Amino acid sequence: MQRRAIFKGRLLPYLLLAPQVAVTVLFFLWPAGRALWQSVHLQDPFGLYSEFVWFENFQAVLSDPNYLGTVQVSVLFSAAVAGLSLSVALLLAALADTKIRGAGLYKSLLIWPYALAPAIAAVLFLFVFNPEIGLLGRAMNGMGLGWDYRLNGGQALLMVVLAASAKQISYNFIFFLAGLQAIPRSVLEAASIDGAGPVRRFFTITFPLLSPTTFFLLVVNVVYAFFETFGTIHALTRGGPGKSTETLIYRVYQDGVVSNDLGGSSAQSVILMVIVIALTAIQFRFIERKVHYA
Amino acid sequence: MSASLLDQAPAKVAPARFRPLDLLPHAVLVLGVLLLGFPLYMVFIGATWDAGTIARGNLPLTPGPLLLDNLAHAWTGTGGERVMHTPVRVMMWNSLVMALAIAVGKIAISIISAYAIAFFRFPLRMVFFWMIFITLMLPVEVRIVPTYEVVAGFGMVDSYAGLTIPLIASATATLLFRQFFLTVPDELVEAAKIDGAGPLRFFLDVLLPLSRTNIAALFVILFIYGWNQYLWPLLVTSSGDMDTVVIGVTKMIGTGEAATDWNIIMAATLLALLPPVAVVALMQRWLVKGLVDSEK
Repeated sequence: MQRRAIFKGRLLPYLLLAPQVAVTVLFFLWPAGRALWQSVHLQDPFGLYSEFVWFENFQAVLSDPNYLGTVQVSVLFSAAVAGLSLSVALLLAALADTKIRGAGLYKSLLIWPYALAPAIAAVLFLFVFNPEIGLLGRAMNGMGLGWDYRLNGGQALLMVVLAASAKQISYNFIFFLAGLQAIPRSVLEAASIDGAGPVRRFFTITFPLLSPTTFFLLVVNVVYAFFETFGTIHALTRGGPGKSTETLIYRVYQDGVVSNDLGGSSAQSVILMVIVIALTAIQFRFIERKVHYA
Repeated sequence: MSASLLDQAPAKVAPARFRPLDLLPHAVLVLGVLLLGFPLYMVFIGATWDAGTIARGNLPLTPGPLLLDNLAHAWTGTGGERVMHTPVRVMMWNSLVMALAIAVGKIAISIISAYAIAFFRFPLRMVFFWMIFITLMLPVEVRIVPTYEVVAGFGMVDSYAGLTIPLIASATATLLFRQFFLTVPDELVEAAKIDGAGPLRFFLDVLLPLSRTNIAALFVILFIYGWNQYLWPLLVTSSGDMDTVVIGVTKMIGTGEAATDWNIIMAATLLALLPPVAVVALMQRWLVKGLVDSEK
């Protein structure tokens, strides 16, 4: 899409673009370039010496069984967060979209968790599930369940999944509501006249018509689980116990910032960039049909 | 009219039979609200009791008498027995500066760059467009160390500039404004030109007022984005005086020992939640519009 009526100006457009482009080059492209450079070099921690080592850093990262474990945790974690938050949000949105009393109030109450910072969500869950002082943590121990997410890896993973999903449920809820409202009522009424009950209408009409929204949200949720849940994990488990809740992002932070392994952390950064680029490409290829960027 | 015929209720109609199944949607929705709201409620309860009650694991389900005391102690950074912390007052201020600078900064630089791309023809236009677009694919999380090095090189560590400037480039906001600008009718531009308006006057007097709802919608999303930042502030600030409240609260918890000032921590958590929840509650309409528009 192009505009016909445009302004003339030689310098002005560049001036208007300057701030955005300056920030982009200095804080996005330059660091990304450095990450690429560092990923194929071996450096001492003080930056005095560096040597070109081809793909040694990548080899080291990818052959590290710990790293593969981290990949596994990340995949499991994102699948659980996306699955849980998508299905709960869809159920709640489908119910709130019907003509039931108090629908407006339900919607407002289900949207507020959008305001939750991932780290604050972690604090909320920590306070409730702490095995010594948390109400539910103590209750579970009282029932003899042996609850302590600080020692049990599976329980720790469950905790971070729950805490990370809370905010995402609201996000998905908003999109599902918008998607549901776009479904023509006439189709649903026709099915209803033909004798289809609410459950059947949902699975044969609503759910298939929602599939663009669902697919879009699936990608967004995976991106969220991969890249935006650092705060949840850092505040709740610090990747532990052992490495049972260490995701790829947490590991980049751990290796690059805490252990100061520049080559290894940069190689991991490059791997992550490839993942984001792939996910963004999937998302935009799909949306391209509706919106044109040119 | 047939419609009014259908709408008309029969003169005598038996009241709809009550079916227990009708309550199921309510039950599920109430359960959803309770599950999402319960942890928040417990934080509130935790902020109303004393540290000892919580540490012993005797926290009741009803509020205690100490809410104002705990809030005051958290706010001024005094009164805790075990946790030394920066006053929440200072941390809230840091968070507010960060959230506002990021929201206003992102909107400002995105709206002018979208204006340049949508309303001008100039060499390298598409190069700049794609350069901005690519930032979508480079979230700070994937380039932690080199970005820190660049910011450190500028001497911006432990400063508001370091906290905010590296985050204010925004592909999403630029794309949203550009999409919107493309829908502005050509006739409007022509009319403004005939009336003698230059590009700056057109931007300020016509485009900016037209963009109000988009700006409001983006503001809600970006304010919350800024307030909730975690990884970047964790990296780029080291002194306690520069902690944002989200970082500060998690620092206060530390390793999560039973014997800590949970009452003060919960009061601080409550304060940390207040501004973003208020923004979402008061500007819900724009939040929904902004999210749905900017992602499509």
